[in-house]
Amino acid sequence: MDFASQFVQQLINGISLGSIYALIALGYTMIYGIIKLINFAHGDIYMVGAYIGFFAITMMHVSIVPALLISMIITGLLGMLVERLAYKPLRQAPRISVLITAIGVSFFLEYTMMYFVSPTPRTFPGVFDDVALHFGSFMVNGQQLLIFGITFILMVVLTYIVQKTKIGKAMRAVSFDVETAQLMGIDADRVISITFGIGSALAAAAGVLVGVYYNSIDPLMGIMPGLKAFVAAVLGGIGILPGAMAGGLILGVIEALVSGFISSTFRDAAAFAILILVLLFKPSGLLGKNTREKV
Amino acid sequence: MDVAKRNLLCTENFSKGELVMRFGKRSLRVAGMLLGAAMLSSVFTGCGDDQAKNSKEIRVGANFEMSGNVANYGNATFEGLQLAIDEVNEAGGINGKTIKLIKADSKSEASEAANAATKLISDDKVKVLVGPATTGSVLAEVQIATDNKVPIIAPCATSPKVTVENGKVQPYVFRSCFIDPLQGDVMATFATKTLKAKTAVIYTDSSSDYSKSLGQVFKEKFEAAGGKVLMEEAFLQKDQDFKATLTKIKTANADVIFIPAYYEEVGKIVKQARELGITVPLLGTDGWDDTKVVDIAGAAPLNNTFFSSHYSEQDKDVQGFIEAFKKKYNHAPNVFAALGYDAGKMLIDAIKRAGSDDPEKICKALAETKDLQVGTGKITMDKDHNPIKSAVILEMKDGVKVLKEKITPKA
Amino acid sequence: MNTIRKNDLLLIGLGIVVFAVLQGMMTEGLIGSFWKLNIFIICINVILSASLNLINGYTGQFSLGHAGFMAVGAYVGVVLTTNFHWPFLLALVAGGAAAALLGCLIGLPTLRLNGDYLAIATLGLGEIIRIVIMNIQYVGGAAGFTGIPHLTTFPWVFFVMLFTLIVIKNFVNSTHGRACIAIRENEIAAEAMGVNTTKYKVIAFTIGAAFAGVAGGLFAHCFYIINPSSFTFMQSFNYLIMVVMGGLGSLTGSIAGAFVVTFISAALASWPEFRMIIYALALILLMFYRPQGLFGYIELTQIGIVQRLKLKGGHK
Repeated sequence: MDFASQFVQQLINGISLGSIYALIALGYTMIYGIIKLINFAHGDIYMVGAYIGFFAITMMHVSIVPALLISMIITGLLGMLVERLAYKPLRQAPRISVLITAIGVSFFLEYTMMYFVSPTPRTFPGVFDDVALHFGSFMVNGQQLLIFGITFILMVVLTYIVQKTKIGKAMRAVSFDVETAQLMGIDADRVISITFGIGSALAAAAGVLVGVYYNSIDPLMGIMPGLKAFVAAVLGGIGILPGAMAGGLILGVIEALVSGFISSTFRDAAAFAILILVLLFKPSGLLGKNTREKV
Repeated sequence: MDVAKRNLLCTENFSKGELVMRFGKRSLRVAGMLLGAAMLSSVFTGCGDDQAKNSKEIRVGANFEMSGNVANYGNATFEGLQLAIDEVNEAGGINGKTIKLIKADSKSEASEAANAATKLISDDKVKVLVGPATTGSVLAEVQIATDNKVPIIAPCATSPKVTVENGKVQPYVFRSCFIDPLQGDVMATFATKTLKAKTAVIYTDSSSDYSKSLGQVFKEKFEAAGGKVLMEEAFLQKDQDFKATLTKIKTANADVIFIPAYYEEVGKIVKQARELGITVPLLGTDGWDDTKVVDIAGAAPLNNTFFSSHYSEQDKDVQGFIEAFKKKYNHAPNVFAALGYDAGKMLIDAIKRAGSDDPEKICKALAETKDLQVGTGKITMDKDHNPIKSAVILEMKDGVKVLKEKITPKA
Repeated sequence: MNTIRKNDLLLIGLGIVVFAVLQGMMTEGLIGSFWKLNIFIICINVILSASLNLINGYTGQFSLGHAGFMAVGAYVGVVLTTNFHWPFLLALVAGGAAAALLGCLIGLPTLRLNGDYLAIATLGLGEIIRIVIMNIQYVGGAAGFTGIPHLTTFPWVFFVMLFTLIVIKNFVNSTHGRACIAIRENEIAAEAMGVNTTKYKVIAFTIGAAFAGVAGGLFAHCFYIINPSSFTFMQSFNYLIMVVMGGLGSLTGSIAGAFVVTFISAALASWPEFRMIIYALALILLMFYRPQGLFGYIELTQIGIVQRLKLKGGHK
C-alpha cells in the first residue's frame, strides 16, 4: 500500500473516530455554552448510554436503531436528572465548587456502574453482518458507514432544532445572557434542563455507536473520550455547535494520522498538544469570535 | 456583578467576633476535636494484636487487582484461587485446620499492591501471600515479603524478573506458571518451523512488562532462527482503535504478526486487522486465552490464529477443574482462573508437607514441590523457584480452541 | 522573610514534638505497617496539597496539572539515585529543580489564560508530561521503573513536609504573598495597582511545582517501583480535592484536607467496591453544604481558642 492510499485509509479511520468525538463534543459545548460548566461527568453519560444500548440489545432483543433511540431517551432523562440534583443547587456557587461536584458525579457514575455490571468489559453482540466496500486499495466497512450516517442525521436534526424551533431560540438566548433571557420571559431552568437532555442524548448515541464499532464497553470507557471531546469542543470554538462538529472530526483525523505515521502511544499527547496550541494562539477556537473581557 | 457573585470567599480579615458569628465557636471546636480524635484513633487502630490467635485457621493473603485497569484479570485469578481453597476446606481442611483467605485490592497499581501487601502482612497477619496477577504489581511487593519473611506465590506473572533478580534467586518468591522465555521461544520456533515464516511484525502492549519482555524474547529467537523482524509497534492498554497502526503494519507485508498481549485488546486488534484485510497468521501468547476473545473478535476473524498457553481444554486431566469451576461460578474459567487454581493447589500441597503454618516451613516446602498434579498438569519447582510445566499451542478454529502442539520441557 | 519570628520557632518546636512522638510510636511497633505507610503518604500529600494551594488557593490560578510536576520530580529523582547513585538529598533537590523549571516554562505561556481554560490547559500539559515519560524506554516506559532503593524514611518525609509548610507560610505572609493574593482577588485591579502579575504568577507556579517535584521524589522512593499510571490527571484531581476540602487559601486547610482524604481512602480500603462511591457522594455533599472547605480562608492560628491562648501568653 503506497503512501497516498495509506493516508486515505487513515483519513477514513480518523473520520469514524472523529464523528464519535463530535457527538460527545456537541453535548459538552452546549452545556458549557449555557451554564459555563465543564461537565466532567459528560464522558460518563456517554458510558451509561453505551451500557443502556447494550442491555437493550441483549435483554430486549431489539435491533440497533430502536436500541439507539431507547438509549438516547433514557440517557437524556438521566442527564436532566443529574442537572437537577447536582448542578442546579450550585448555580450561584463559585466555579470551582461546581467543577468538583462534576468530578464527584463522574466518579459516582463510574463506580456505581462498576458495582452493578462489574469491571469486566462487555461485548456488544454483532448487530449486522460485516459489509466492506473496497475502493481501490482502501476499504470502508459497514459499521463506519453506519457511524457516518447516524452522526450526520443527528447533526442535521440538532441544527434544525437549534436554528428553527422556538426552544432552540430560547437555548441560544440563554447561552448569550441568562438574566436578560429571563427578563424576556424565558424559563431558564427549563431551557437548561432541555439542553442537558439533548446533550446527554447525543452522548448516548455516541456510546451505542462505539459499542457497535469497537465491540467492547467497560465502566471506565468514558474518561478519555470525554476529555478528548472537550478538546474537540475547544478546538472548534466552545459554545459553537458547528465548531464542535468540526473540532471532533479534525481531532479524530489528527489522532489517526499521528497513530499511523508516528506511534499510537503518542496519540493522546497529540490531542492535548493541539489543545494547548489552540488555547495559546486562538483561544476562542477555529470558528469562534474574540471577546474581550471588560472591566 | 458576576465577579462578586462568583466569589463566595470574601476578603476581609476576620476579627474574632466575626469569626465566631460566621462559623460558630462550637462547630469549629467540634470539628477540631473530631479531627484530633480521628487522628488518634487511626494511629492506634493498627497496633495491638487483639485478633484472637485462632489456631484453627491458616491465614492466607489474596492480594489482587479487584478494581482499576486490569480488574478482570485479578478477579479471575482470585476466583480460581478461591475454588481451590474452598475445595480443600470442604474436604476438612489441612490437618483439621481451615484456610482463611483474606483479600485485598491492589487497584491495578503497583504502589497500592505494596500498600495492600503491607496491610495483609502486618494487620491481617497472613502467613503466605498469593498474587497479584500482573508482573509490575508482584515486583512491588517482593521487597516487603522478603523483609517480613513471608512467602509469595505469583500465580500468573510470567516475567523472569519476579523470581530471579540480577542472577540471584529471590528466597521468598515462587510462581506457579511458566516464564516468558519459554513462551517466546515456543512461539518463535512455531513460527519459523511450522509456519515457515521468514518475516514478522511485533505489536506489543507497552503498558505491560509481560508484553514487552515477550516481544523481546520472540525477536531474539526469531532472528536467531533466521527470520527478520520488519516492524515493531506498540499500543496501550484500554485502547479501542487500532486501525491506524494496523494500516501501517499492513504495509510491511510480513508473514506473521506476533501480538503478545491480553485478550481484551487482542480481540479488538484481531477483529480490526481482519476488517482491514490482513489475512496472515496472527500469533499470540497466554494472555489470549479467554472465551471472551471470541465474543470480542468474532469466530471468523480468529481463524488462522495461534497462541501459546498453559493447557488445552480437550486435555482429560483438566476436565475436573473446568467442571468444578463452571459449577461454582456459572461461567467457564479462563487461563487466569486456571493459574489461580494452580497456585492454590501448590499452596495447599506445601502447607500439607510443611505440617504447620510457619512461613519459613511453607517456604521450604514450596521449593520442594515435585510432580504435583494441579489443575493444568503436573508441576515440579526448579531451582529458580519457577515451575517446570508443559506449554501448548492452541489454534482457533471457528471459535473453538484446538490443540495444535504440546511442548514438554525436560526437567 | 528575614527574621525567624517567634511564631515560626513555636511551630518548629511543635513539629519536633509531634515528630518525636510519632517516631517513638513507630519504633516501639505501636503503629502497624499499614498505618505507618499511610502516615508517609499523608505527609507527602500534605506537601502536594500545600504546594497546589499556593497556585490555586493563594494566587487563584486554576491548575490541574500537579501530577505532571510530581512525575517529573519522581522520575528525575529515581534515575539519579538508582542509575547514578547520587545521595538522596541531592536527588530530591534535583527533582524539585527539574519540576520548578517545568513550572516556570508552563507558567509563562499559559499566563494569558484564565479560569476554565487554564484548568484544561494545565490538565493537558500534565497528561502530555506523563505520556512523554511513558514513551521513554530508558525509564521503563509504560511498564514502570523498578529497583528503586527504599530511601524514604519517616524523618525525611516529616522534616521535608515541615520545611515546605514553613517556606510556603513565610512566602504567603510576605509582600510576595500579598501580591499573589491581590492577583487572586482581581487581576486587573492588581495590575492597575502596580503588581507585576506576570512575575508573581510565574513565581507561584515555580514554587508550587518545585515542592510537587520534591514530593514526587519522596513518593518514588517509598515503593520500589513507579509507574506513569500513578501520575494521571485523576491524581491531580485528588490533590485538588484535598486543597478544596481543606479550604482554598488556608495552609491549615491543606494539611487537614490531605489528612482527611488520605484517611478516608485508607479507612475504606476494606470495602473496595463502595470506596469510590462513598468518596464521590462525600465530595458532592461537601460542595453543597460547605463549599469553602473545612477551614475556608482561616488558618488555625486565627481561630478563637488559639487566639485566646496567645493572648494569655504574650502581648497582643
